[in-house]
Amino acid sequence: MNKVYKNAAEAITGIRNGSVIMLGGFGLCGIPENCITALVEAGVKELTCISNNAGVDDFGIGLMLQRKQVKKMISSYVGENAEFERQLLSGELEVELIPQGTLATRCMAAGYGMPAVFTPAGVGTEVATGKETRIFNNKEYLLEYAFDADFAIVKAWKGDTHGNLIYKETARNFNPLMAMAGKITIAEVEELVPAGELDPNQVHTPGIYVHRIFQGTGYEKRIEQRTVRKRS
Amino acid sequence: MSLTKEQIAQRIAKELQDGYYVNLGIGIPTLVANYIPQGMNVVLQSENGLLGMGPFPFEGEEDPDLINAGKQTITTVPGSAFFDSAMSFGMIRAGKVDLTVLGAMEVSDQGDIANWKIPGKMVKGMGGAMDLVASAKNIIVAMMHTNPKGESKLLPECTLPLTGKRCIKKIVTEIAVLDVTDRGFKLLERAPGVSVEEIVSKTAGKLVVEGEIPEMTF
Repeated sequence: MNKVYKNAAEAITGIRNGSVIMLGGFGLCGIPENCITALVEAGVKELTCISNNAGVDDFGIGLMLQRKQVKKMISSYVGENAEFERQLLSGELEVELIPQGTLATRCMAAGYGMPAVFTPAGVGTEVATGKETRIFNNKEYLLEYAFDADFAIVKAWKGDTHGNLIYKETARNFNPLMAMAGKITIAEVEELVPAGELDPNQVHTPGIYVHRIFQGTGYEKRIEQRTVRKRS
Repeated sequence: MSLTKEQIAQRIAKELQDGYYVNLGIGIPTLVANYIPQGMNVVLQSENGLLGMGPFPFEGEEDPDLINAGKQTITTVPGSAFFDSAMSFGMIRAGKVDLTVLGAMEVSDQGDIANWKIPGKMVKGMGGAMDLVASAKNIIVAMMHTNPKGESKLLPECTLPLTGKRCIKKIVTEIAVLDVTDRGFKLLERAPGVSVEEIVSKTAGKLVVEGEIPEMTF
């Protein structure tokens, strides 16, 4: 078993024009920075990206939007990105907006081997258009299908050579869910250690879900909204 | 006198109870955290995966891996816990969160809410709002009673695309506190110095006014 790759460029092998990829992160927190850079350099196009957000103009998925590599975004919130807005209004980019909990649960369902789930989010709204519904205990629910993604790209804090992953703080967000959901899951980590060095009690994503892993470099970890308080 | 945004938050904070798990939306709802009574134990949930959200960090102590759902740098309080987004919405969906406070562009007298989309304007997305309103057992809306043109935002029917149907229980605006009942909005309290007539004139939806309406206290 060798899951360890040298770098992002090697790890993204096989992602081609038209691939459906998941990218972990919430805003710019916990995004796979190295793989995004590698995807920009590889120049693959027509990508369908499943990601809670679409980055900002000059960072995160915004970098792929700049190069017009994205055909469709599936997200819950896509503000803070002028180029995104331009491409959306001009019709170059297709966007499917789905409730954040539904997005998370559709990833989870894929990783748990469940074809679909029922959720109340969006009942009575345009999100429900064309969807099967069912009443349980006098409450209406929508049937939402598990995602089917070719690749999931996630970022973790620590990982080992078996692909076990540990996330840090709120950089966890969608990463463990997407890690479970990809046909091929690529994990970039800040620190890669030999199998046996991570405490098995602390592992968030068991290595069975991870096919490729590498230690990333040069993490910028850009802060989107720097809010502080004064020392009194 | 109409309430300031801070006073709206302060009034909503009176609804908090010891031991509550609370999700605060962006805008006025965020300010509610500043008015949690001393000694009361309230745990703030941030839907990007945190229970036990603390105040903003001191300058120089910002941690890019630690943000809230508004993408702001934050801190944790003792006893906090991190989790993934599915678990976060799982606890919301399962009704574990005691109170959700969020903003709105419009509400209807049946408890419908619209707060995510204005047709013809750039649509940024619903984020977690649809999940929250569809599942939370207790939702308070913090909003302005009228829009900048003076038109009521408390309507018989929402005109904007809905975020959720029949889900809002209580509304706090700059002039009134109202419950949503089977008979429409029910006026509970008025802002100090604001007349019942003013509230009636600014409420387009069905409004029930019964007996003396007390002024809010803080």
